Amino acid sequence: MNIIIVGCGKVGRVLAERLNEQGNSITVVDINSVRVNETAERYDVMGIAGDGVNHKTLEEAGVAKADLLIAVTGSDERNLLCCLIAKKAGGCQTIARVRSPQYSDEISYLKEELGLAMVINPEFAAAEEIARLLRFPSALKIDTFVKGRVELLKFKLPEDSPLCDMCVRDIAPKLHCDVLVCTVERGESAYIASGDFHFAPHDVISIIAEPKNALTFFKKIGYKVKSANNALIAGGGDITLYLCKLLEKSGISLTVIEKDSARADLLSDELSDVNIIHDDAANQEMLLREDIDRADAFVTLTNLDEENILLSLYAKSVCNGKIITKINRIEFDSVIEHLDLDAIIYPKNITSDLIVRYVRAMKKTLGTNLETLYQIIKGKVEAAEFIVQEECALTEAPLSQLRLKSGVLVAAISRDRKVLIPRGSDTIRRGDSVVVVTNHLGLHDMNDLLA
Amino acid sequence: MNIGMTIYILGIITAFEGVFMLVPTATAAVYHEKQLLLFAIMSLVLIAAGGIITRFKPKNKTLFAKDGFLIVALSWLLMSLFGALPFCISGTIPHFVDAMFEAVSGFTTTGASILHTLEGVPKCMLMWRSFMHWIGGMGVLVFIMAILPLSGGQNMYLMKAESPGPSVGKLVPRVRTTAFLLYAIYFVLTVAEFILLLIGGMPVFDAINIAVATAGTGGFSCDPAGMPYSPFCINVITVFMFLFAANFTFYFLLIRRRFKEAFSEEIRLYLGIIAFAIITIFLDIRHLPMFSGAGEALMHGAFTIGSLLSSTGFATVDFDKWPAYSRTLLVMLMFVGACAGSTGGGIKVSRLIILFKNMTNEFRVMMHPRQVKRVKMDGQQVDGEVIRSVHVYLACYIMIYAVSMLVLSLDHLDLTTNFTAVVATLNNIGPGLNMVGPTSNYDVFTTSSKVVLIFDMLAGRLELFPIVLLLAPSTWKK
Repeated sequence: MNIIIVGCGKVGRVLAERLNEQGNSITVVDINSVRVNETAERYDVMGIAGDGVNHKTLEEAGVAKADLLIAVTGSDERNLLCCLIAKKAGGCQTIARVRSPQYSDEISYLKEELGLAMVINPEFAAAEEIARLLRFPSALKIDTFVKGRVELLKFKLPEDSPLCDMCVRDIAPKLHCDVLVCTVERGESAYIASGDFHFAPHDVISIIAEPKNALTFFKKIGYKVKSANNALIAGGGDITLYLCKLLEKSGISLTVIEKDSARADLLSDELSDVNIIHDDAANQEMLLREDIDRADAFVTLTNLDEENILLSLYAKSVCNGKIITKINRIEFDSVIEHLDLDAIIYPKNITSDLIVRYVRAMKKTLGTNLETLYQIIKGKVEAAEFIVQEECALTEAPLSQLRLKSGVLVAAISRDRKVLIPRGSDTIRRGDSVVVVTNHLGLHDMNDLLA
Repeated sequence: MNIGMTIYILGIITAFEGVFMLVPTATAAVYHEKQLLLFAIMSLVLIAAGGIITRFKPKNKTLFAKDGFLIVALSWLLMSLFGALPFCISGTIPHFVDAMFEAVSGFTTTGASILHTLEGVPKCMLMWRSFMHWIGGMGVLVFIMAILPLSGGQNMYLMKAESPGPSVGKLVPRVRTTAFLLYAIYFVLTVAEFILLLIGGMPVFDAINIAVATAGTGGFSCDPAGMPYSPFCINVITVFMFLFAANFTFYFLLIRRRFKEAFSEEIRLYLGIIAFAIITIFLDIRHLPMFSGAGEALMHGAFTIGSLLSSTGFATVDFDKWPAYSRTLLVMLMFVGACAGSTGGGIKVSRLIILFKNMTNEFRVMMHPRQVKRVKMDGQQVDGEVIRSVHVYLACYIMIYAVSMLVLSLDHLDLTTNFTAVVATLNNIGPGLNMVGPTSNYDVFTTSSKVVLIFDMLAGRLELFPIVLLLAPSTWKK
């Protein structure tokens, strides 16, 4: 597909990289020619220096033949205008990033009226992810499939976990619960778990299960399963605003620390049930005064990645609660992983996940449609949800007789509102939602999984 | 630098060279020549060696600008080395440096030869010489990129280092598709010329040789008598020499029906230079006794201009006997060279445009010190970086030129010979004037001078920087 990306910021680049890997022809447009050149050289894409809302620039970028335009510049209004012009000029589908809270209530109206295919709000998506983690603090990451009926949870094994002496096959008979282990990360390597895989301390494990089964599973291996009672949030940006609104009725008592007094005032106007503290989040005394040592959760959402990391490290040393760190800009993933920061939120990855999923679903498929897509392990393993709409090679035989590629795990089948963790004797049927975990990146049709 | 990846790519190059050698192998088979076995064995050995090396895939596939330069420089050295072996082993050119000179001259599309006569040279050897032009014209790494899916966006560094011109633009977003399109245009034009030459009554063997040699803007001929072809064929070759020296983006835009963009400033100036040179040289040579009439003078005049401007280097007549004005202009055309993004050599028309525009801008700034004025080409801002690199290129060019001249002068030949020998090799043309004129050859030089000329040819084809960086001590410092 021909895709134009307007804006070569953090998200623009991640998108260029990932969409290009999947065989699309990408043209990036940015007003800053240095940034365009850098992106074009690094990711094998075409670069056009110019203003994305300028019709001539879009023409030059090939809008007439483009299938999709993604506007991810720093300004919401620009993104919307750019999509509008592209739609008129080329008739392509358009995706705009709109992040300002002042538009967030009107997103569906804007989408409808402006004819946009998709409007993304990365801050809101990040807030949703954080909210899920606060409701279930034992996980490092929670993704949902089939409208929330299936959850993909990532967690880390402590030293003394009962799982440490077991292998994957033992889980069902010993613990009596229906969960499926998908991937295990150990140090730098990642494995798609087979039956005789032995767990070791510090492994990061992803499981797929129905929410209630996941709960039982976590209870049995000695994890806390209660939602956090209170949370301390450092930084009062847009994510904080969305997060507080999402958690308004959850009963979690929230405290927000914001440095800027005007912003603090605004937050306190908007969020009546939340404690707003006007102070620098890096003030240790204040943190102790706000009982950081007894907090169930500590979320760092300031604008500085470094500050977030530092605050989280400090919080880890004084409290036992859940710690969530937002990282926006820094790219040293392996270093950050070594810091052992508990849960980490990358808004730029959330955005690109959403868009990549949409792009793949746009491609014509043979009877199966991609619904949901997550990167379980960055650049290595993905989980994808497909809806099987027609009879095809996959529906002809039970799973054990299908010749699947190696590195493919059929993780869950949802049929008639019931969720099935599939065994070899199960068969995929028409109308099923199927969740697949695989290291073959870039899938857009389930039939590609067949060897 | 990324040594694993370098070895891997050199392995691919080796294997591909083995594949390319199937062409002379087939020629030898058709003409029942005894070199058949030699070429067959070499080809198999290279394919096998390349196959074994590429079994070891490097883990780290990241390439940076520096790796791009070095890989390209090393690839071309390696290619020339393997390319020289058949000449050496078969005894056609017994001396190794001579064989290397011929091979480098082939791959860099220079067309300068050390052979005194083509009489008795086996046809498969002639074919191999010409076919080297075709491979070298568009670049072997670009060819590999078009065929093999080398990973990642860093391939652009390879393409940049191998393609002629101050700034390399992509035709389409992906490097691989761009490389493929370039080769498609290249191939179609070559076949078109081949067919037209056949229609003009040229023998098949000659038509293939001339077509591939024109395509790469090379210039090895394949007939001991030079170019004994019909006027129609001569004119076809003239036209195609001009065509192959034009920026290939031009054809891409023509196919896409973007006519206005196709006729860029570079193309317009290129056409202007051609028109100017043909008219003035025609007026200068029309009464010469070597031509039977004005028509013939025009034909040979245009042919020679096309040959030297495009850096091909074919010769139908001994232009060394022409009046001073024509000879001077021809030498100047050698410096100008082809368009960027073509298969030709020389300084390139677009570089001259940038140099000239920047110069006039500087003059203006001298008079109005606070004036802000940036160089534009085709309505687009030219990056400061590109302007800088064009100036560095020119400085580097002059220095290489000076040093080469000095070394050559140790052979005690005359100034014109030395001067034009360096022009003809550094710009990948072939024939110069006087003792390296169209009727003579480069065997007049000593071995040391030949080595310098080999360096000049490689430097000229790879736009100076890769070869210079390969030799720079700082590149290899840890």
